[in-house]
Amino acid sequence: MSTDEARPRDAKVGRPPGLVVVLGVLGLAFFAVPFLGLLGRVPWSDLPELWSSDVVVDALRLSLVASVSSTLIALLLGLPLAWLLARVDFPGRSLVRGVVTLPLVLPPVVGGAALLFALGRRGLIGEPLNQATGLVLPFSTWGVIIATTFVAMPFLVITVEAALRNLDRRYEGAAAALGAKRWTVMRRVTIPMIAPSLVAGLVLTWARAFGEFGATITFAGNLQGRTQTLPLAVFVALESDRATAVAISLIMVIVSLAVLVGLRDRWWKAL
Amino acid sequence: MKRDLSIPFLALVVALVACGNGQDGAGLGGELLVSAAASLTDAFVEVEAVFEDANPGVDVVLNLGPSSGLREQILEGAPADVFASANIPNMDQVVEAGEAADPQVFVANRLQIAVPPGNPGEVTELGDFSWEDPLIGLCAEDVPCGEFGRQALQKAGVIPAVDTNEPDVRALLTKVAEGELDAGIVYATDVASSDGAVEGIDIPEDLNVVAEYQIAALTNAPNPDAAARFVEFVLSEEGQEILAGYGFASP
Repeated sequence: MSTDEARPRDAKVGRPPGLVVVLGVLGLAFFAVPFLGLLGRVPWSDLPELWSSDVVVDALRLSLVASVSSTLIALLLGLPLAWLLARVDFPGRSLVRGVVTLPLVLPPVVGGAALLFALGRRGLIGEPLNQATGLVLPFSTWGVIIATTFVAMPFLVITVEAALRNLDRRYEGAAAALGAKRWTVMRRVTIPMIAPSLVAGLVLTWARAFGEFGATITFAGNLQGRTQTLPLAVFVALESDRATAVAISLIMVIVSLAVLVGLRDRWWKAL
Repeated sequence: MKRDLSIPFLALVVALVACGNGQDGAGLGGELLVSAAASLTDAFVEVEAVFEDANPGVDVVLNLGPSSGLREQILEGAPADVFASANIPNMDQVVEAGEAADPQVFVANRLQIAVPPGNPGEVTELGDFSWEDPLIGLCAEDVPCGEFGRQALQKAGVIPAVDTNEPDVRALLTKVAEGELDAGIVYATDVASSDGAVEGIDIPEDLNVVAEYQIAALTNAPNPDAAARFVEFVLSEEGQEILAGYGFASP
């Protein structure tokens, strides 16, 4: 954004106020110091060996599968939901909006327990499902994906809904007036105009799913190769094997930073 | 900046000191942070109530969790006063680090198989843990109940088909009680305190593993006098009686 137009305005603003800088740096330290603590404990020379252990490889694979699946499900179900919330004035809309954001507020463990009561073997839907098909969702990889989606999808819905509501609808109106069908308007006008928010929502959803712990361990349990994602592996390793716990934490930090920073540079410049 | 902070800080110190000395002859007061294994939850809630009645100035705060997690907190300098561990190795590490001295065994606990009411998975013995069909849970390998459970299975020559390794014994018990798991290995005390939410199946003596619990006041306890008194109380006849009410055996 450092165009010639912008520069004179920047100059007028002048140096940032000292207090703002001090508080801002304190704010940064609040985030950065714990990571420095983590880095201080990294067993650098053992890293290759720790990272190639079965537990770590299995957990990384499962974490990637679950977080990417969650993101795709959020796109498939969350995008239409956001559209309905933004565009259709139905009774109880604010209640629905509240329900959608509930997973953001609830402790994930509560979400996991709620999933267990609904989709567990003795659950509201889980029991008939189990009797009809023999399917058991808890303690399966599907259970992990359901738990991570439950916790992460609200990020997509609220981000996209806000973008849709702020969208200037005259563009869509113009397209329609020029003869575009509803789907064409959606595909050629609406989606491209909300694209930055959609991508931001997808990235946040992925990140939240990647780091999910409480709902996963409560609903899906903890078994290497089947339900043990990276956060669960860290938690279990913390009990006994700190070097492994720190090594796994470092993977999570690296992968998350790579995705967040990488995508930001690629997609969010527009924002 | 420093001078601005020192006055409220001093006031706080004075208030805390006054608080500590303001009690009767017993001289006990303030907060007492007790880090106790999750399996002690119900028993220690009652111990807390009785101890506070006897020592009205003391506010016992229970920090309950897996023994290994509590150990880690203490080794990282958490300001706990008392550590009650569900096994000896975790206490040993705390003692080795100089954070505690002279730990005492205060109770023993046997293992039982927990099944949901009605035993839908038809699990009757450790041998049934090897079948694929029933959903089987254990505690994670690194928490004491997981370690002991695996020892018992090993003694029985059983390779379990585990479906989940739960982070602590309470999480495991909840999933059995909900009927999401068909069986798990827990402490006899957990079954006793579940009020019928799970059924217990005895494990024969020769296969069973007895867990010994240790307690110690911590060397760097912020409230050392109350810590010593609390340990004393747990080891006393009155304390042991409370613990026995929750299915614990005296050492």
